[in-house]
Amino acid sequence: MALQNNGVEASVTHTQPLWLLAEITYRCPLHCAFCYNPTDYDKHTQNELSTDQWINVLRDARKLGALQLGISGGEPLLRDDIEEIAIEAKNLGYYSNLITSGVGLTEKRIQAFKDGGLDHIQLSMHDITEEISNFVTNTKTFELKKKVAAMIKSHGYPMVLNVVIHRYNIGHIKEILEMAEALGADYVELANTQYYGWSLVNRNQLMPTKEQIDNAEKVTNKFREKMGNKMKIFFVVPDYFSERPKKCMNGWGEVFMIVTANGDVLPCHSARVIPNIEFPNVREKGLMWAWQDSPAFNRYRGDSWMKEPCRTCPEKEKDLGGCRCQAFLLSGDAESADPVCSLSPHHHLIEKAIEDAKNPILKEQPIIFRNDKNSKKIISGEVKDRIKDYHATP
Amino acid sequence: MIIEHQNVFKIAAHHRFQWEEAQQSHVILFPEGMVKLNASAGEVLSLVDGKNSIDYIVTLLKEKFKDVESIEKDILSMIQFALDKAWIEKVI
Repeated sequence: MALQNNGVEASVTHTQPLWLLAEITYRCPLHCAFCYNPTDYDKHTQNELSTDQWINVLRDARKLGALQLGISGGEPLLRDDIEEIAIEAKNLGYYSNLITSGVGLTEKRIQAFKDGGLDHIQLSMHDITEEISNFVTNTKTFELKKKVAAMIKSHGYPMVLNVVIHRYNIGHIKEILEMAEALGADYVELANTQYYGWSLVNRNQLMPTKEQIDNAEKVTNKFREKMGNKMKIFFVVPDYFSERPKKCMNGWGEVFMIVTANGDVLPCHSARVIPNIEFPNVREKGLMWAWQDSPAFNRYRGDSWMKEPCRTCPEKEKDLGGCRCQAFLLSGDAESADPVCSLSPHHHLIEKAIEDAKNPILKEQPIIFRNDKNSKKIISGEVKDRIKDYHATP
Repeated sequence: MIIEHQNVFKIAAHHRFQWEEAQQSHVILFPEGMVKLNASAGEVLSLVDGKNSIDYIVTLLKEKFKDVESIEKDILSMIQFALDKAWIEKVI
């Protein structure tokens, strides 16, 4: 291993970030029950990076090798500098993607994005029924989303729809796919809820049964056969229902880099739930240090951090022990095996959640919608009872 | 689809083909994904520009890589692969 001029061993990583996700603001006009954003996001709404700081982030990440850029949030369109950021992304050679609820997308703005070279727009849809769409987002945005979908299409953008799947819409997969077809979707992502952030707090409300998942997958496969190459449909089986854990983010600090609204640099969306890790911030040291040398990014690279049963597992290379955040959230130990794994000593927690989904307690545990008020409540510990089983929050 | 020598292809809509300095390779970028191409795939696809016919591409690469046996077959199977993946689309 090479030594740096200070005599310290140079970084152990030979990886490059390929994906940069810019969580540009946590402000959002929607209040989705399944949002993966941190439940304490309210801390980060007053100290967003400036336009110039974002442009520097884009430049530095590009130098490190990043080429896919997601501009996300919250709702990125709440900022008025997305056009400027998109132009810079184009000039730097990113393939750029605006991930939006559609709220705030006007003819004028989409034209500016088109002229500036934004490559695609991913629109979130929630259901075919106005009732459920409005319910789960806690807003009246169903009609608006349909209008935005038409606008995206008419500007020659690929139509990329993202639909988060949960108990309330999983019975409508066929109808959702038909709606996508009618809207002229090129790509549809049926994103089964993963239980982080707000969706973990609301897991009892959102989690479907195993039978519902199996059926949804069947319906999707049938529809996919019918559509062939015309519409690409992604259906990822949620990890709670698979035998083996996911290779989360394709490995900690392997290909993904996230920069949050306040400038924290993370290897995954929810990494800040893990205690005793100081994540780098772009206001302090550069992105190159963050990626290559920061203790946070090196913490779970390789496999020397692993405990049993992962350490001697023949499949450790395949899944890297699953998700560190999920391990912490459910077991209290980020270095334990992801409880999703059937070999994990905490796997009973997943089995119980699957069992509970058959008889959910819906009335007693109403949805805690993602909004500033609830975020403040979670920060102050007011809703402790609801989250005491998870190691999720302050 | 059977590829004919007079066919002309281009990089498909919503896809971008570019050289990446950091990766030292050509890549194809599209919504939700990217593919890092090996050197020969990059060589072939950099000639797929909406103007060059298959015939022209084959002739050019045959000239450039005289020592490579069965290069025509390799080029055609690469084009077929890219077409199946919908990275490229037919112009003529």
